[in-house]
Amino acid sequence: MIKTDILIIGAGPTGLFAVFEAGLLKLKCHLIDALPQPGGQCSEIYPKKPIYDIPAYPEILAGDLTHKLMEQCKQFEPGFTLGERADTIEKQEDGSFIVTTNKGTKHQAPVVAIAGGLGSFEPRKPLIHNIASFEDKGVEYIIKDPEVYRDKKVVIAGGGDSALDWSIFLSDVAKEVTLIHRRNEFRGHLDSVEKVQELKNAGKINLVTPAEVVGILGAKEVSGVVVKQAEHIEKEFEIECDHFIPLFGLSPKLGPIANWGLEIEKNAIKVDNSLDYQTNIPGVFAIGDVNTYPGKLKLILCGFHEATLMCQSAYKIINPGKRYVMKYTTVAGVDGFDGTRKEAPKAVVKKIE
Amino acid sequence: MEQDINIKITDREGKTHKVQAPTDMAMNLMEVVRSFELAEEGTIGVCGGMAMCASCQCYVLSDTQLPEMQDDEEAMLSEAFYVKDNSRLGCQIHITPELEGLEVELAPES
Repeated sequence: MIKTDILIIGAGPTGLFAVFEAGLLKLKCHLIDALPQPGGQCSEIYPKKPIYDIPAYPEILAGDLTHKLMEQCKQFEPGFTLGERADTIEKQEDGSFIVTTNKGTKHQAPVVAIAGGLGSFEPRKPLIHNIASFEDKGVEYIIKDPEVYRDKKVVIAGGGDSALDWSIFLSDVAKEVTLIHRRNEFRGHLDSVEKVQELKNAGKINLVTPAEVVGILGAKEVSGVVVKQAEHIEKEFEIECDHFIPLFGLSPKLGPIANWGLEIEKNAIKVDNSLDYQTNIPGVFAIGDVNTYPGKLKLILCGFHEATLMCQSAYKIINPGKRYVMKYTTVAGVDGFDGTRKEAPKAVVKKIE
Repeated sequence: MEQDINIKITDREGKTHKVQAPTDMAMNLMEVVRSFELAEEGTIGVCGGMAMCASCQCYVLSDTQLPEMQDDEEAMLSEAFYVKDNSRLGCQIHITPELEGLEVELAPES
């Protein structure tokens, strides 16, 4: 069981900044995210895109913003459960919450802050009529352990970086790799596209374009796919395989949080913005793009503000009756949990004789 | 101030809305859909309008002359679902006076 003061669900910019604000109040944070790395949309969807409305940064790349936020909160030693989705929440007799992920990891905290952005990112599933019946029976949307594919026949579908990168990687592992894409052009890094071209020329990757998978074959497990060549609408053929891996990116869904008994409005969690962004469940807050209230703006800087106010209320829940006065870092400095201390240099005081 | 233009947008439930879109606010079609709340929040413009998610895919029903499709849009549509010959990404269609009379239908959520 992982125990912490504030359990933050979502490791995007808002969740990461909440770690810093909580740290100033001597509160420890642990973050859960369905993605394998921190940063949320900033690192997953557009790491190389510039953002222009972060105060004091006339321009900053989304990926760099994530790095800066990680650097800023590092001194408060946040814990991370990455690549797992927060599935259930249970209130305990002592008022704390236990949040369990889809992989069974349990976390306990007196305060839960949902900073889930647009929700957890789920793989986008192609529109193939019988695909659901083959999930985990040869159809996988995410590659977790490449060894599963050793000496197997694999068909990958998609035209982005994931499809290209995994085709390259698995060409050394699998018995046979076929990459199927609807166009002849790919939208991945030039290096990856060129590498796939080399591997195709060397006979290590079978490239089928422009085409798409329209059916899956097999009794209980995948034994092949049905492919339709885009230039020949009538032309369909079968490719024998053990695994079919569609890699069409990720799509955000509110996911299991929607079943936590929270008040939901327009696919977002309704909060009280008059004080601290608390939800209808006392002790559970929602900050950043995942929440809604009158006048809500889905901006990173608004998420930072919401995270700051949430931490003030979290402090009062965690330390009932204890007085707290808001301090400025310019005056009080920053005491990291890692023993570091940052403070403004003191003015030299010299006695005048 | 430039005039608003008239656009017809059919939402995902099949209802057609006549909207007046401003040409002087640097809006794109995805933003018009969001501002008139014609699609549920979180289901359109997910990537913020960078041609990186296809959540604003629409079918162009009129013969309005549209800006030429750029590489990013074409590449995204090549990966998207429910794509038809008249598919475009709303975020890549900027509202200009030339779009007067544009008629579009939102593609299903995917």
